[in-house]
Amino acid sequence: MIKQRKIYIIAVKALMGISISITVVLVFLLAGYILFKGLPYITWELLFTSPSYLSEKIGILPDILNTIYIILATLACVLPIGVGAAIYLNEYAKNKKIVGMIEYAAETLSGIPSIIYGLVGMLFFCQFLQMKTSLLAGALTLVMMNLPTIMRTTQESLKTVPQSYREGAFGLGAGKWRVIRTVVLPGCVDGIITGCILSIGRIVGESAALLFTAGFAHALNGLFEGLSSSGCTLTVALYVYAKEQGEFEVAFAIAAILMILMFIINFVSELVSRHFMKIRRV
Amino acid sequence: MKYKKKVLEDVIQGVFLILGMITVGFVLLITVYLILSGIPAIGEIGIGNFILGEKWASTASEPFYGILPFMLTSVYGTAGAIMLGVPIGFLTALYLAKFAPVKVKTSVEFVVALLAGVPSVVYGFVGMMVLVPAIRKLFNIPDGAVLFTAIIVLAVMILPTIIKVSITSLEAVPKEYEDASFALGATPVETYCRVSVPAARSGIAAAIVLGVGRAIGEAMAVMMVAGNVANMPHLFGSVRFLTTAIASEMSYSSGLQRQALFSIALVLFLFIMLINAALNFFLKRNKEA
Repeated sequence: MIKQRKIYIIAVKALMGISISITVVLVFLLAGYILFKGLPYITWELLFTSPSYLSEKIGILPDILNTIYIILATLACVLPIGVGAAIYLNEYAKNKKIVGMIEYAAETLSGIPSIIYGLVGMLFFCQFLQMKTSLLAGALTLVMMNLPTIMRTTQESLKTVPQSYREGAFGLGAGKWRVIRTVVLPGCVDGIITGCILSIGRIVGESAALLFTAGFAHALNGLFEGLSSSGCTLTVALYVYAKEQGEFEVAFAIAAILMILMFIINFVSELVSRHFMKIRRV
Repeated sequence: MKYKKKVLEDVIQGVFLILGMITVGFVLLITVYLILSGIPAIGEIGIGNFILGEKWASTASEPFYGILPFMLTSVYGTAGAIMLGVPIGFLTALYLAKFAPVKVKTSVEFVVALLAGVPSVVYGFVGMMVLVPAIRKLFNIPDGAVLFTAIIVLAVMILPTIIKVSITSLEAVPKEYEDASFALGATPVETYCRVSVPAARSGIAAAIVLGVGRAIGEAMAVMMVAGNVANMPHLFGSVRFLTTAIASEMSYSSGLQRQALFSIALVLFLFIMLINAALNFFLKRNKEA
């Protein structure tokens, strides 16, 4: 072999080796650093109390609850819209222009940065619809953000429902709605679940869109009370504690919790997709 | 009976059509709101002063509203992140897609997915706690919260996007191309670099454009590491991006200052629309190729 070729091959291999090690080492350093610094500060007291100025203690229970509320509210709104839109595109739509328009809109939505969602959410939900800064306004802003995700995953799984199932059901005299209800929807459960997991990950990690729509309050509320009042989620709390209040211990603890949550979410989504792939193969 | 059923079916179809059109409605809502709230300030300040003005002093007694520093910072920051992140991401993707054993591939892919899930405030926080002091010491500058720090954080944040999309497009290259190259006596490295990579170039371009979109739209992470002062961009100077310009003043702004922030959002939106158009172009070419 000519020398030049050998050098070329070795150089490419070396560069690839360097790149992959950078990527992997980076992840381990990042995760290791956060867990190492944050885990010692995660205590029962931090997890299960609300912050108190009297005893100068910080608890993140309200932030945890707010995160859960906002996930529930967002999914409750986005699921029907996203699944319905996917069903329309896949089962009903015949007009290519409308399909193109909806798909283009979904692509556009998924490219818009979260700070712009936050701004429009503030203008439309908080001011125009007079919801003020509330978890509900935040959740509705997140609905806009997560709609493309739910639509895409549902659509992908709708495509895997065999056409013969639908034809079979039509052949037995079922109407379109009945076919969708009894044959198509059960077949796309996996896509809906995948979409939910992805959305939960995005909601937990979102901050810029919530800053101006959901606010910063740390009050401990029930679900419905919480939705109508201002409240901050874990990520926003991390930002506030780190940047504005300089409470780095709490910030590290929240960062560690977020990392663990993300690990769990990724792990579950991996398990779910493997599980459904197995079912498909059988 | 039959008539009733037909009506029911039509109603249900209508409901689904409405659900589908909500997406379009959201896009219209965002566009209309941004244009309506962004135009007045541009009109008042003057488009030339706004776009080309080098000074931003929104709270001064004689305010200046020039967003050129923000735009240039966003462009430089994104370009820097791309220059750092794309080579690493691309070579990682090449290794994973073509060389790695299956076990290595699945585990590294899981690790990369984890990286993609890390919330941007966590990136910002770690950058603030680790990178900022490190860069201050390394380059011997008074404050480590500079454009360079932001570039590193952004480069890490776009890695997962670049890796994932590049792997997909490299795996979509027809096996016949590679087999033909092997049959001509090329080694695996030569085949994958000179046959597979050029064949996947549209997909790789799409990966880069997606990375650009993510970097230019990122707000929270750069807000925590870039120093947030409205200077003209300098690699080792404190800077403010388009996104952080909106986020940092929104909470206490009023009047023309507030409207100017909406105009910045409009400019950012236009940038994103351009990027989307580029993305569509590359994806279309990818499908045709």
